[in-house]
Amino acid sequence: MTEASEAALAAPSAVTAPAPLLSVRNIEVVYDDVILVLRGLSLAVPRGEIVALLGANGAGKSTTLKAIVGLVPWGGEIRFDGEALAGRATEQIVRKGVTMVPEGRRVFPSLTVMENLTLGAAACADGKAMPRNRAEVFELFPILAERREQRAGTLSGGQQQQLAIARALMSEPRLLLLDEPSLGLAPQIVDSIFELILRLKQRGQTILLVEQNVAAALDIADRGYVLANGAITMSGSAETLRASEQVARAYLGAAVEAAAP
Amino acid sequence: MTYFIEQTVNALSLGGTYALLALGLAVVFSILGMINFAHGALMTLTGYALVFASIEGLPFGLAAPFAVLVAMASAVVLERVAFRPVRRASGATMLLTSFAVAVLLQLGFQLFISTRPQIVPLPALLTTAVDIGDISIGVNRLISIGVAVVVLLGLNVFLRRTTIGLAMRAAAEDFDVTRLMGIHADRVIATAFALSGLLAAIAAVLWIAQRSSVDPLMGLIPVLKAFIATTMGGLGSLLGAVLGGLLLGAIEIYLAAYLPDAALPFHGAITLGLVIVVLVLRPQGLVGPSRELAR
Repeated sequence: MTEASEAALAAPSAVTAPAPLLSVRNIEVVYDDVILVLRGLSLAVPRGEIVALLGANGAGKSTTLKAIVGLVPWGGEIRFDGEALAGRATEQIVRKGVTMVPEGRRVFPSLTVMENLTLGAAACADGKAMPRNRAEVFELFPILAERREQRAGTLSGGQQQQLAIARALMSEPRLLLLDEPSLGLAPQIVDSIFELILRLKQRGQTILLVEQNVAAALDIADRGYVLANGAITMSGSAETLRASEQVARAYLGAAVEAAAP
Repeated sequence: MTYFIEQTVNALSLGGTYALLALGLAVVFSILGMINFAHGALMTLTGYALVFASIEGLPFGLAAPFAVLVAMASAVVLERVAFRPVRRASGATMLLTSFAVAVLLQLGFQLFISTRPQIVPLPALLTTAVDIGDISIGVNRLISIGVAVVVLLGLNVFLRRTTIGLAMRAAAEDFDVTRLMGIHADRVIATAFALSGLLAAIAAVLWIAQRSSVDPLMGLIPVLKAFIATTMGGLGSLLGAVLGGLLLGAIEIYLAAYLPDAALPFHGAITLGLVIVVLVLRPQGLVGPSRELAR
């Protein structure tokens, strides 16, 4: 049997395995016509899992998320639920069920908590979805229910992060993209945000998580990709990555611990 | 005292009209970061639509809403044809585009209509006055104030209670994230222009109600004043536009009423001097910019 026919035989089993909700193949992103930010990046996000996208500052993590939601032009192939996203505007992609919580939270500061949530549901065609989603979101984030008439800009950083996630959930996303949810938050708040992300997964939410806090991200993720200079350098299950010496040395501070007396 | 009350009514009437114009500029500026100098041409267009409707025999009560609709539609068309192609260009490009549109429309009015003022027939009611004790107040002034109040309240409800109104406020703060909510950028911008057309047209009808004529340059001066008002109020802030408009109207009217005769020729210079004083004291305007500068 030749290699080619083996590959052909292998194909049907690939079909029976569930296709990932999101598949990114060989995408490239160029900034300012010259700087190659992503060079042939590929990744897959299976349904119901948390996938962590890890790497240093400037590795291209945020750019990957922006490409998926169409905020930056890209080349290659991105499929969401089997459908190609090439050429689609951000608004259309969001309406298909991909919602991003941007880096730095970016709630609308002069709008109230309620108004922020209302806009989050703007992509829902179903008018009845709004009160239902709001009730669900208030159950997940009781503090937001308390502060519903308060301007978002007056909330603390942790509360703003909760609002940013809540606002994204209002559109009932099938895929939630989280860009550095722990950025700039106090350690206890970070713990509670990660707990929350895990709770969302337990409710069936598929999540692609971009994080600099590698240890915390791998604790809740099912699998991960390590990104450096715009390309994937490592990937595997969260356990594999946690056990990997390379990851430990580069991101988990193992070298520092070893050097300490 | 009588004189003061009459002048106060005049100040509110003129200030209200400036406020509507300034709001029209601010609505577009808050979302696109562009001062639309073609706003004045929309005013003039409203005037010609009024003239046309009157010639066709429509009573003023129907001609005015017709003219308003013409201006709103024109504003949306201008956005589609002239401003959308340069939306991602620099601020200077957008500003120059708005000047170009203003000049083209103005030349169009001069070439295809007339360089001379056209008479707008006004209902007799607008030229009467009501007497309260010693005070005599023009009906057109009262209507002007009433319309401005109703429009401001209506706009407030629109921006707070409707999803597209909320989206406009959100887009003024963070356009990309507004798109991440699945809200169509084109729809938000088209609504902003429709709204600015509505405000320009209503201001134009009020303006004409005091003057009963239209010429190709009619919108130029009031929109320049509105630009001063938005700057004084705080660029991009809707509340600032209203306050700036009212303040500018008050400065102009009270100066004209109380300056000694010898100083009257310097009325305009003193007005602008006071505006400069406001801007020196509050460079960010009466109300700080609602737009985040770091964008």
